[in-house]
Amino acid sequence: MIAFLTYKIILVLVIFTITLAVAAYSTYAERKVAAFMQDRIGPDRAGPFGIFQPLADGLKFIYKEEIIPNVSNKLLFIVGPCVAMLTALMAGVLIPWGDTVTIGGIAYSLQIADLNVGILYVFGVVSIGVYGIMIGGWSSNNKFSLLGAIRASAQMISYEIAMGLAIIALILMTGTLSLKEISLQQAGGVGSHWTMWNVVYQPLGFLIFIVCAFAECNRTPFDLPECETELVGGYHTEYSSMKLGFYLFAEYINMFVSSAVISTLYFGGFNFPFMNDLGLTQNWITILGAIALFAKVLFFVFFFMWIRWTIPRFRYDQLMNLGWKGLIPLAILNIGLTGFFTLWLGHK
Amino acid sequence: MTLYAFYFLTFLAIISALLVVFSKNPVYSILYLVITFFAIAGHYVLLSAQFLAAVHVIVYAGAIMVLFLYVLMMLNLNKEDEPHKPTLVKFAAVLAAGILLVVLIGSLKGASVIQQKTGPEIGLVKNLGKVLFKDFLFPFEISSILLLAAMVGVVMIGKDEPKSKTESE
Amino acid sequence: MLTNRSKVVVKKEMNFWERIYLPAIFGGVAVTIKHMFRRKTTVRFPEAKREISSVWRGQHVLKRDEKGAERCTACGLCAVACPAEAITMTAAERKKGEEGLYREEKYASVYEINMLRCIFCGLCEEACPKEAIFLTDRIVPTDFQRNDFVYGKDKLVEKVNERIDVSVRQTPAVTEFKKHKSLSHNR
Repeated sequence: MIAFLTYKIILVLVIFTITLAVAAYSTYAERKVAAFMQDRIGPDRAGPFGIFQPLADGLKFIYKEEIIPNVSNKLLFIVGPCVAMLTALMAGVLIPWGDTVTIGGIAYSLQIADLNVGILYVFGVVSIGVYGIMIGGWSSNNKFSLLGAIRASAQMISYEIAMGLAIIALILMTGTLSLKEISLQQAGGVGSHWTMWNVVYQPLGFLIFIVCAFAECNRTPFDLPECETELVGGYHTEYSSMKLGFYLFAEYINMFVSSAVISTLYFGGFNFPFMNDLGLTQNWITILGAIALFAKVLFFVFFFMWIRWTIPRFRYDQLMNLGWKGLIPLAILNIGLTGFFTLWLGHK
Repeated sequence: MTLYAFYFLTFLAIISALLVVFSKNPVYSILYLVITFFAIAGHYVLLSAQFLAAVHVIVYAGAIMVLFLYVLMMLNLNKEDEPHKPTLVKFAAVLAAGILLVVLIGSLKGASVIQQKTGPEIGLVKNLGKVLFKDFLFPFEISSILLLAAMVGVVMIGKDEPKSKTESE
Repeated sequence: MLTNRSKVVVKKEMNFWERIYLPAIFGGVAVTIKHMFRRKTTVRFPEAKREISSVWRGQHVLKRDEKGAERCTACGLCAVACPAEAITMTAAERKKGEEGLYREEKYASVYEINMLRCIFCGLCEEACPKEAIFLTDRIVPTDFQRNDFVYGKDKLVEKVNERIDVSVRQTPAVTEFKKHKSLSHNR
């Protein structure tokens, strides 16, 4: 029991630290990617290539003056960013970072918790995430914050439907909700045991999922809740200091977690091509698999930024049209097609 | 361990449910209601119905309550423009709620405790799906038609009425 | 319609490929990724400086002569020539014993250029009969207050031991002209 607890605590701490570090360096990467795509260099003053920039930013956030508006609802004003941060971190628990590592005859799984409702848990936590934004926006007692919060909630609820339908099609195919099992089903990839990643079977579902992931993370082209041109700063207009930092940080953690979920669901998770042909031991495969998953996640984080600095923001009616009239019918069609092919081909 | 969790969740559920009713600010009411839902989802987990718990959180806490909050934020309820209710209406409300309570107590008192199947597998999607689509297929489909009817009704109400020609001239 | 150059804007109905956005998105994504590997245009300023033309006009300098005396006689021609009215000065008479400081009997006790008004056109330099004011290749640094952009003699006059070379900026025509010692300007 003690050994089990220590192993779990160490795992939680490691994954927690990695998540925070990735989120911190995402802010740096975001600025660098933006700069490179605009033929600039970006932050390069703090340390070599500016790699200490996140530390400088963090210090700045901590030392900035903390302003809580007099007319705001003080309790909820503080609760808002906490909820945003909490829900962002909670979703990362289920990501399977690898199969098992055997040390001294005991197999250790590289997943904090393998719930059998797996993907539904992630989905639930994501749907709670909107409360952070709504509470923050409402308690600021500022019309722009409120508009941002209202936009956020309407947008997230609309896109959750399409996202859920896209996942249903995937579940029809895999027959399980557990993220670990979904990962294991995609083992092998190219090489012996030809099993393709799910994206090959579910291209439409993947497309719908990633668009919805963009909307759920409030990333461009769906960043209307914090649309500067119309709403000053959106739901975090009134926030300053580390509370603002929490909101921004939560966004990057969300991005990291959704990248991890996308990689796990559609891009083979911790599996990499030729994994069964190299003649490696199980432990090495697991460690390389964790690195492979990390590389995939980083690619998707980059993809989020890539899209952000390419595509302009949607208009609000375009956003709603895309969600309700575009993605939801497509997702339903996808479910129908998946069901048909599953029956026809007898897949699973 | 499970017992303590049960007591904690029950305490949380009852306290926050009471706060839903007693809060002056409707936004607080909604937030307490969300906490109540979480406590109930915790109860589902204790009954090893993880699927139900997850769906409960997604649908109720994650979607319906957000919409409630959405509407309340749009309404901007202030103390000044709160409609003053006549005493008769208040009395009628208390009476109706009391009758509902009596009905609930009566029905629960008469009910016998069903010996439920236990085991960690009971609430999984596979078993739940089998029960829903084999034993309870008809009620399940009826409820889906009910939802469809509600949806059609909303679309009908929300649709723009076609302007008559004399009006548009 | 008068110029026949007006264009009629047509808002066409989008076809299927335009409506699903994806081709446009892939096009945009391709453009941005191409830019990632382009040469960067940033110049890391304090360490590296942008290459400038040899006749580039930057911050002014008030020159001293070979012996270290100020050349400016406060004639005011630069102030008259200045289209932005950025130059002001106060003239004073040279006292006995100040011959080493000022070249001629009259000198500028106050000489100010407002760098926020200055448009760096170089007319002051052209107007100067005493070859006292020149524009150099130095960049006027940024500051926090408007007052600090009014440069007085402390910032404008070159130091005796740190002469500022302005010969780089002179075009061949000017250097040729300066060789004719018989012309009054060059005396």
